Amino acid sequence: MSQIIDRRLNGKNKSAVNRQRFLRRYKAQIRKAASAAVSGRSITDATSGEKVNIPTRDIAEPTFHHGAGGRRETVHPGNTDFVAGDRIARPKGGGGGGSGRGDPSRDGTGEDEFVFELTRDEFLDCFFEDLELPNLVQREIKEMLSHRTVRAGYSRQGVPANINVVRTLRGALGRRIALRGPYRERLREVERELEELEDQGLGSSARAIELREEIRRLRTHIEAIPFIDDFDLRYNHRIRVPQPSTQAVMFCLMDVSGSMDEARKDIAKRFFILLYLFLLRSYERIDVVFVRHHVTAKEVDEHEFFYARETGGTVVSSALKLMDEIVRDRYPLSSWNIYAAQASDGENWGDDSTTCRELLTERILPLVQYYAYVEITPDRHQSLWAEYEAVAAEHEHFAMQEIASPADIFPVFRRLLARKPA
Amino acid sequence: MSRVISTGSEWTFELIERYDREIARVAADYRLDTYRNQLEIISAEQMMDAYSSVGMPVGYAHWSFGKQFLAVENRYRRGQMGLAYEIVINSDPCIAYLMEENTMTMQALVIAHAAYGHNSFFKGNYLFRTWTNADAIIDYLLFARRYVQECERRHGEEAVELVLDSCHALMNHGVDAYRRPPRLSAEREAARQREREDYLQRQLNEIWRTVPRRTDTRRADAPERFPAEPQENLLYFVEKHAPLLEPWQRELVRIVRKIAQYFYPQRQTQVMNEGWATFWHYTLLNTLYDQGYLSDGFMIEFLQSHTNVVAQPSFQSPYYRGINPYALGFAMMRDIRRICEAPDDEDRHWFPEIAGRDWVGVVDFAMRNFKDESFVSQYLSPRLIRELKLFAILDDEARAELEVTAIHDERGYRQVRRALADQYNLGSQQPDIQVWSVDRRGDRSLTLRHNRYRNRPLDDSAEEVVRHLARLWGFEVRLEEVDDEGRVRKVRQCDPPR
Repeated sequence: MSQIIDRRLNGKNKSAVNRQRFLRRYKAQIRKAASAAVSGRSITDATSGEKVNIPTRDIAEPTFHHGAGGRRETVHPGNTDFVAGDRIARPKGGGGGGSGRGDPSRDGTGEDEFVFELTRDEFLDCFFEDLELPNLVQREIKEMLSHRTVRAGYSRQGVPANINVVRTLRGALGRRIALRGPYRERLREVERELEELEDQGLGSSARAIELREEIRRLRTHIEAIPFIDDFDLRYNHRIRVPQPSTQAVMFCLMDVSGSMDEARKDIAKRFFILLYLFLLRSYERIDVVFVRHHVTAKEVDEHEFFYARETGGTVVSSALKLMDEIVRDRYPLSSWNIYAAQASDGENWGDDSTTCRELLTERILPLVQYYAYVEITPDRHQSLWAEYEAVAAEHEHFAMQEIASPADIFPVFRRLLARKPA
Repeated sequence: MSRVISTGSEWTFELIERYDREIARVAADYRLDTYRNQLEIISAEQMMDAYSSVGMPVGYAHWSFGKQFLAVENRYRRGQMGLAYEIVINSDPCIAYLMEENTMTMQALVIAHAAYGHNSFFKGNYLFRTWTNADAIIDYLLFARRYVQECERRHGEEAVELVLDSCHALMNHGVDAYRRPPRLSAEREAARQREREDYLQRQLNEIWRTVPRRTDTRRADAPERFPAEPQENLLYFVEKHAPLLEPWQRELVRIVRKIAQYFYPQRQTQVMNEGWATFWHYTLLNTLYDQGYLSDGFMIEFLQSHTNVVAQPSFQSPYYRGINPYALGFAMMRDIRRICEAPDDEDRHWFPEIAGRDWVGVVDFAMRNFKDESFVSQYLSPRLIRELKLFAILDDEARAELEVTAIHDERGYRQVRRALADQYNLGSQQPDIQVWSVDRRGDRSLTLRHNRYRNRPLDDSAEEVVRHLARLWGFEVRLEEVDDEGRVRKVRQCDPPR
């Protein structure tokens, strides 16, 4: 007799450890793929998994096997018109494997590349590794939504600890009144009738005895109504609601003058993504506004933001002005939290930097929750840096950082992280 | 009253039990001898797990299984591959997995195919009887996993992975083809392990003693060859004689070697094993249908998936992937039955010893005493060659064109049969590589020889494998390729990594 065992409830992640080992072993390739993905995908799409391709030869496990050459005789089915002794031109691409010929791959791509999906967490791990985020921070960011327990009325089910006494007793009282009602009414009638009988001196008549009996019965009924019953119980009801219940808008400001090359833009992109991830943790809805500038500023979509090329000089204040206008126009402070991230190579026209400082301190910083500035520059700082340093000295929520590689980005957010979202 | 067991497609545990009971009854009527059965219901994810651990119900952790898993998962997600609906483990009790998504019909098919077909093959075939110990394998795998874990804890995952990688590269060369291996026993394995560690080390010290204590004149004039005979079991040789391996590393080599040995029969009996199982699920379910236990709907679903399994596209089809072992094996098994039951003159001429005999006994004999190579060369009939329109092609690198050497005609039958049998000969699939010599007195280098089969050279990945071997050996390793005439054609060599 066969034995039948239901194994479905056993763990299904038997291979998880092997998967981890595989990822660890090919970390370099996977990181490269993840890194390429960051450049390729939209900022707001930073949190999905990612498909990774690794060349098959990189992960092949070598064995001794026959290569092309020598003599081999193979048997195939479905002959149509060959006869013994026929000569056939050798098909291109060699003689194929020991059994079967022709290409082993149906779709043509499957053979050269090993393709698999990284999960969201694995992808973020790769992303964070570039940024060298502290572990605690990584965890916090990945934890997308925190939940808060709030009271939400009363429920009929619950644990004794949550019994709401007032509600329960009020319910019980109501029930008692409602259930007693008909008996009480009848009781009053019967008592009145008995009283009348007694007044008439018929206190011992058959009717009176009958009435007394009924009174006794009604009283028993009334007393039998329980003081408190199961369905009187009311419990405080609590539900978990996602903590981030507010909305935020994130401004990405970037200098797109000729000196910002692809590599710098790529670093800037990581900077923006990281801010986005921070915000994702705290807000339910996030708008992202892209403002790019050279001499003049313009609001653009993401693609144009990162890929369109411009040349010319740089007037940083133009972007700040535009941002200020957009905020006052579309994002009333009453319903929006405003964050701004600015990336630049630090170039600015001579006297514009002072204007920037004034704009920041007077108009923008009062509006925003946090303003992060990164300067991606190998050269020495120009006037903008000095002006911004002055701003940073006065304002808690203005952070700035000079960066050369993605690993330098994180410190600019340190203070943002230290604060708990409201 | 109708005897039909069920009509819907939903399965329940009661139904599985009933089907299993009926199938077992019919299987017993056909004298199928099986191990006890253990049917395990699992989910699709668990099936993927089972898949990627190459059929080992418990395995040690290694990245290559992870790679396998990712590949399976990815193909499954993209819908390029349905999961195979059966995996069966050669163990006693024989474990067969039933996937919960399957319909009742598929479950019954899998039970007949795996739990009675494969199971009886595992128990009866001489290769499995010789090379595997069904009752001990699960315990041994558990022991192996624990041991690998223990090593990882003591020596670090990295160090263990290096050894395992190298062993995996040599896995196909870890079997003595001509010597019966001792029986497996996890208990004894664990108990004697310590003892063996000490003993091995002592023995090694003996072999590698380089300073002769006594002056032995005999040694000086006739340097002994070592090994005296060429050794085909590379992993065994490494385990016993590699100079620098730690005892735990030797034990890992041994574990991989034992597991390789467990899979050794499967590589040589694919056509037979699948053909046998397919033949029996077909026969068992048809018998049940004839007895009135199965509904017409059941049979139509069953036949549809059976037909998919045994489909053999022709060589011109875009779906052609070589000869489908299910198709060939099933066709041959049925053909044997036909020759027994209704032989014609041709069959009597070619198969005088089985024509007209009791077919159950004949197929049973075939299952027990052959492997793919010998099975094909013994039983492939002219009629089947014609039906499949088999033809042989010779690809000789010395010539510009391929040649059709034989087709399905009177002159070609034997040639086609010989060529097909040779295709399943392990020697033609796997290069013949042996330990040739060890320079014990000098640089301790190890020399391997590859005797080219039909002058076929090794693939370039051999370089990589030699590197792995050098890592295990600890000194230089040379691989010589020797052609048909005995001349050394190519030498690869590799120093151990620093």
